[in-house]
Amino acid sequence: MSFPLLTATAVLPAAGAILTAAVPAARRTVAKWLALLFSLGTLALAAIVLVRFEPGGDRYQLTESHSWIKDFGVRYELGVDGIGVALIALTALLIPFVIMAGWNDADPLETQSKRWRPTQGFFALILMVEAMVILSFEATDVFLFYIFFEAMLIPMYFLIGGFGDRAHAGTDEAAATQRSYAAVKFLLYNLVGGLIMLAAVIGLYVVAGTFSLSEIAEMRAAGTLEMSTNVERLLFLGFFFAFAVKAPLWPLHTWLPNAMGEATTPVAVLITAVVDKVGTFAMLRFCLQLFPEASKWATPVVLVLALVSIVYGALLAVGQRDIKRLIAYASISHFGFIILGIFAMTSQGQSGATLYMVNHGLSTAALMLVAGFLISRRGSRLIADYGGVQKVAPLLAGTFLIGGLATLSLPGLAPFVSEFLVLVGVFAAYPVVGIVATTGIVLAALYVLVLYQRTMTGPVKAEVSGMPDLKARELAVAVPLIVLLIGLGVYPKPLTDIVNPAITHTMQDVNKQDPKPEVEAAK
Amino acid sequence: MSATSVHTLWTSLAAAPPPGTPGATFDAPTIEYAQLAPILIVVGAAVLGVLAEAFVPRKGRYYVQLFIAVVAIAAAFAAIIGLATSGFATTKAQIVAEGAIAVDGPALFLQGTILLASLVAVFTFAERRLDPVSHGNRVDSFAADAAAVPGSAAEKAAVKAGFATTEVFPLAMFAVAGLLAFPAANDLLTLFIALEVFSLPLYLLCAVARRKRLMSQEAAVKYFLLGAFSSAFLLFGIALLYGYAGSVSYAKIADVVDGTVQQIDPALAGTMGNDALLLIGMAMILMGLLFKVGAVPFHMWTPDVYQGAPTPVTGFMAAATKVAAFGALLRLLYVVLPGLTWDWRPVLWGVAIVTMLGGAIVAITQTDIKRLLAYSSIAHGGFILAGVIAATPDGISSVLFYLLAYSFVTIGAFAVVTLVRDAGGEATHLSKWAGLGRRSPLVAAVFAVFLLAFAGIPLTSGFSGKFAVFKAAAEGGAGVLVVVGVLSSAIAAFFYIRVIVLMFFSEPKADGPTVAVPSVLTMAAIGVGVAVTLVLGVAPQYFLDLAGQAGTFVR
Repeated sequence: MSFPLLTATAVLPAAGAILTAAVPAARRTVAKWLALLFSLGTLALAAIVLVRFEPGGDRYQLTESHSWIKDFGVRYELGVDGIGVALIALTALLIPFVIMAGWNDADPLETQSKRWRPTQGFFALILMVEAMVILSFEATDVFLFYIFFEAMLIPMYFLIGGFGDRAHAGTDEAAATQRSYAAVKFLLYNLVGGLIMLAAVIGLYVVAGTFSLSEIAEMRAAGTLEMSTNVERLLFLGFFFAFAVKAPLWPLHTWLPNAMGEATTPVAVLITAVVDKVGTFAMLRFCLQLFPEASKWATPVVLVLALVSIVYGALLAVGQRDIKRLIAYASISHFGFIILGIFAMTSQGQSGATLYMVNHGLSTAALMLVAGFLISRRGSRLIADYGGVQKVAPLLAGTFLIGGLATLSLPGLAPFVSEFLVLVGVFAAYPVVGIVATTGIVLAALYVLVLYQRTMTGPVKAEVSGMPDLKARELAVAVPLIVLLIGLGVYPKPLTDIVNPAITHTMQDVNKQDPKPEVEAAK
Repeated sequence: MSATSVHTLWTSLAAAPPPGTPGATFDAPTIEYAQLAPILIVVGAAVLGVLAEAFVPRKGRYYVQLFIAVVAIAAAFAAIIGLATSGFATTKAQIVAEGAIAVDGPALFLQGTILLASLVAVFTFAERRLDPVSHGNRVDSFAADAAAVPGSAAEKAAVKAGFATTEVFPLAMFAVAGLLAFPAANDLLTLFIALEVFSLPLYLLCAVARRKRLMSQEAAVKYFLLGAFSSAFLLFGIALLYGYAGSVSYAKIADVVDGTVQQIDPALAGTMGNDALLLIGMAMILMGLLFKVGAVPFHMWTPDVYQGAPTPVTGFMAAATKVAAFGALLRLLYVVLPGLTWDWRPVLWGVAIVTMLGGAIVAITQTDIKRLLAYSSIAHGGFILAGVIAATPDGISSVLFYLLAYSFVTIGAFAVVTLVRDAGGEATHLSKWAGLGRRSPLVAAVFAVFLLAFAGIPLTSGFSGKFAVFKAAAEGGAGVLVVVGVLSSAIAAFFYIRVIVLMFFSEPKADGPTVAVPSVLTMAAIGVGVAVTLVLGVAPQYFLDLAGQAGTFVR
C-alpha cells in the first residue's frame, strides 16, 4: 500500500493541534513555534501533493479508500482533482501567514488566571480548522465530507467567540457580548445550513444507497440511479442551502460581516479566505456532480442571487465605516463572482471561479492582514480614525495599497485573471448577467480607493503620527503574499493547467458544452 | 402484504412449547434460571443489600453496599455477555419463565446497556468527595436521615452523628432489577410489575437529596402522583386488552390482532375481538409507556423531577429509565401491535413531532442546567421515537444504538453537574456557570463535549445515533419526521451552544462556583462517558453491528 499522502496532509496539522494544546501555560512561545512548524510541514506535504498530481491523469488521484461505518454505507474515501489540489495548496499556504500574523493576538492578559491558556488554544484551533478544511477538500464520500464540513464549525466558533481584537481588549464587557453574538450567529447560520444538508444527505442515501461519489457517478452513467426530478431538486436545494450559507450568498450572508468584524484579523482571514471556500468548492464538486439536472434547473435563480450578492455586497462595502466590515462586504461581492462563474456552466466561467477562489484567498489575506496590522497600531477599526498613514508608515501603506488593488482586480495582479475569466464565461452564456456583474468591478474600485484615500492619504492625524512601520514579522507575512499575487497575475498558467482538466470533468457532469462564439456561428 | 408477513421481518417464532394440555393437569412451572440470571442476580443483590442494611455496623455499610452493588452489576453483565455469546440474542432466542420474559437480541442489548449505565451511575451515587466534610465524616449526595423533617433537630442530630442513607444502594438495585425486566417483559402483567418494581424505588430515591431537601421531596411527590396516575392508565389499558384478546401474553394478543386465532374463550365471547377495546386499551398502554419515556404531552413531570432529585439519581433515571421504557415500547409496538401499525403510526407521528419541537423550544427558556438537560432529554425522546416509527428492522437497531449512545452522554453530563458547586451545594443556575471555562478548562471542555454530543455534532456519539434513527425513519417513509427532527436539532443546538458560550466566552464572576475535585469514582463515570461518546462518534461500526444483530424480537 502506498503512503497515504492525503491523510498525512490532514493528520499533520491535527497532530500539531494536539501537541500545541498540550504545551504548558508558561511556555506559550514554544506553542507558537510549534504551530508554525506544523503549518509549514503541512505546506511541504501540500507541495508534494501538488507535484505528485498529474493534471492530465485520472479525475481523482492519490486516492485512498477504507471501510469505515459499514452500516451507514460510509467509506473513508479521499481523492483530489485539480480544484481540490489548488484549494489544498491555498489552505496550506495561508495558514503559516495566519499564524505569523496572529503571533501576539492571543497572549493572555495580566488579569487573567494563570491556568487559562489562550495562546495554546488559539493556535491549536487554527491547526484543527486547517486539518478539517483539508479533509473536506479531499473527501470523495458525501458523508465523510459532511462530517468535516460540520465539525469544522466548532473550532471556528471558538476562534471567533474566544479571541477578540486586541483593539478591544478581552475584558471589555460590551465587546465580549458583541463577539459572542457574532460567534453564535456564525454557528447557528452554519449549523442550520448543515442540518438541512443532513436531511438531504440522508435522502441521498435512501435514493442511491451509497455515499461514494464514484459509485453514484457509475450508477448515473449506467442509468440505474432512480431519482425523480422532484427528489433531485429537493436534494439539490438541501445541499445548496448549506453551501450558500457557508459561501455566503445573499440573502444568507449576514453572519459574515459580524463574524469578520468581531474576530481577530487572522481569524477573519481564516473564515473568508479558507473556510468559506469549502462552500463554493462543494457547489462545484457536489451540487453539480450529484444533481446536474437540478443544478441547471436552479441556474437562473442562483445567477440572480449571485448578481445581488455582487452588487449589494459592493454597495454596502462602499457605505462601511469599519475597515473589517468593509472587507467582509467586499468578500460577499467576490463570492458572488465565484458562484456566478460556477453556475454560468461554461468552462471559462468555472475555471475562472476556481482561480477566483485561490486568488481571492491570497488578495483578501494580503489586504485583511495588513489592515489588521494597521488596526492593532491604532486600536480602532473605524476608517475615520485614520488619515495620512502613508507619510508615517510607508511600507504599511504600500502593502495595503497592493492588497487593495488586488481586491479591485487590477490587471497584472492575480485576481484580474480570474475575474476576467468569470466575466468572459458568464458573458458567453448570459450576456445580460455579465453586463450587470461588471458593475461590481466599478464599485470595487470605489470602495478600495476611497478606503485607501481616507486612511492613508491626507494630513497626518495626531493619533497616527507616532505609528511605527511594519516590523520584520509583519513584512514576512505581507511580502510573500504580494509576490504571489503579482506572480500569478503575470503567469497564471501553472494554476490553470491544474484546474482546467478538472473543469472539463465538471462540465461533463452537467452535460454542457461551451457556447460557440457568435462569429464562428455566423460563418 | 399481510400483517403477519410484515412483522416476521423483525420477529422470529419461538420454539414450539412442550405438549401438554393446560388446565387438565397442573404442571409445575419450568423456570429457566440460567436465562433469567441477570435479573435474578440483581434482585438477589438488592435483597442482600437490605440484609446488610440491617446487620452490618453503620461504619461499614457504605463499603459493603458499594461492593455488593458493583459486584452484582458486574456479574449480571457477565451473565448477559454469556447469554449473548451462546446465541440467545439470535438463534436461540426464546421465551422463558412460562411466557413471562423474553430472552432475545433487543432484550439482551438493552439489559446490557442498562447495566453499564447503572454501574456508572452507582459510581456517582458513591461519590463522597464533593460535599464538604461534615463533622469529620465524608458525605455523599444523600440525606443523613431521609425520614427527619428538613431543618428539624432530628436532622441536625443525624448529620452530626454522620449517618448516611446507604439504603440508596439496595433501592437502586431493585430499580435496576425492574428496569432489566421491563424491556424483556413478554406479557402485560410482567410489564406492569416490572414498571412498579423500578418506579417505586425511583420515587424514593428522588426524595433523599442532602441539599435542597424540600425541593427533592416535592419532586418525589410529583413524580409519585403522576407516576401512579400513569400506572393506573397502563393497568386499565391492560385490562381492556385482556378483554379484547382473552390473554395478557404478547404472542396471543398479537394472534388475535392478526385474526389468526381459532379458539374463542367462551367466557370472553362477548368482548373478544372487539376493536373498541383494542384501540382504547392500546392507547392507554401507550400513554403509560410514553409517560415513562417522557414524551410530550406526558412529559410534565420531567423537568421538576430532574431538577429536584439528587443529581446522581437524575443521571441514573434519565439514562436507564429511558432505555428500559423505549425497550418496552419497541416490544409492544413491534411484537404485539404490528397488525395495527397503520393505527399507531399516525399517533406516534404526532407525538414525535410535538416531542421534538416542544422539548427543543421550551428548553431555550430554561435557566437551570438540570431543567435544561431535562427538556433536552425530552427532545431526544422525540428523536428516538422517530426511529421507533420507522417500523423496519433498521428502526429497531437504530433505536438500540441511540439508547446506548444517549445513556452515556446523559450520565456523564449529570456527573459533571455534580462537580460545579458553591456554598449552597450544586450551583445549577446557569448564570453561575459563566466563565467556567476560564476557571476550570478541563471540566468545561468535558461538559462541552457532552453538549456537542447532545447537539449531534459529527464525530460524537450523538451524531451517529441521530444519523442512525433519521436514516431508519427516512427509509421507513417518515421523511417529514426527518425534516422536523433536523429543524428541532437546529433549535436544540442553540441552547447547547448557549451554555458553551456562557462557559467559555463570559468572564467568570467573583462569587462564582468552584469545581470540586472528585474521587476516582466520579472521574471514572465522566471518563467512561467521554470515552463512549468519542468512540461511538468516530468508530461506531462494531456497536452498530451489535445493535443490528440484536434487532430481532422473539415472539
